[in-house]
Amino acid sequence: MMTLQAFLIISAALFCCGLYTVMTRQNGVAVLMGVELILNAANINFVAFAHYLSHVMGGQIFAIFIIVIAAAESAVALAIFLRLYANTGSVEIDTADRLKG
Amino acid sequence: MDLSNINFPTDLVFLWIAAITVGAAVLVCLLPNIIHSAVSLLFALGGVAGLYLFLSADFLAATQMLVYIGGIMMLLLFAVFLSNRIQDVKLSNPARFQLPAAVLCILLFGVLSLVAVTTPFPVKETKYLPTTATIGELLMTRYLLPFEIASVLLLAALIGAAMISRPTRKNPALDQEDGK
Repeated sequence: MMTLQAFLIISAALFCCGLYTVMTRQNGVAVLMGVELILNAANINFVAFAHYLSHVMGGQIFAIFIIVIAAAESAVALAIFLRLYANTGSVEIDTADRLKG
Repeated sequence: MDLSNINFPTDLVFLWIAAITVGAAVLVCLLPNIIHSAVSLLFALGGVAGLYLFLSADFLAATQMLVYIGGIMMLLLFAVFLSNRIQDVKLSNPARFQLPAAVLCILLFGVLSLVAVTTPFPVKETKYLPTTATIGELLMTRYLLPFEIASVLLLAALIGAAMISRPTRKNPALDQEDGK
């Protein structure tokens, strides 16, 4: 039951849920939740391949770096959303079109 | 997957954690209330930490619990509470393009699952060993440069986030200079 294929299918399900969230949501914070799901799906793939195909630690270390980058990305994105809310009164991503020419 | 040789307690726990993870992830993308979505994402991330344990990644599971559930989820909840008018929480998470997105995602899931099942991976014999000491040693030797770059990146993100989210301060001295 606990095979590499099972982990890959779980990871694919997480990725598709994240992709659906990113594509359909209009709230910026919800889009960020979808990005977190996608990053977690990639992490599961890294760790599963490292566990089943090779016994080196590189996969897990890459997963740690992905977690670090996800933390930094979500902190900066949430700061941007707070500024967006202070400036426009909503965090819907369609309202952030002030740079459009 | 062969249902005849189920190793009972281990596989039951694995199925339970996998079901929690995938179910919570589906709820994240379907629930109309964004606070419910955030709590559901909490369960999905916790389930991923459980899956790491099945992949002999104990340090990574602990890191996932600390960083994602302790840090990123708190940040997300802060942003939800600070950026949504609480009285229209029912309408806080509108969705669009649902049908084409659902079709695309289900097709993509089918293709990914098909590839995962049909590809003959050269699977080796798995073993469960403690990983924390090895990861610490590798981070200090072979992966030292990415480790330092990640620390600089975190510092930059910290300073940038604090600078961006700070409220703009009215500076009377600058206003006078502009007036001249």
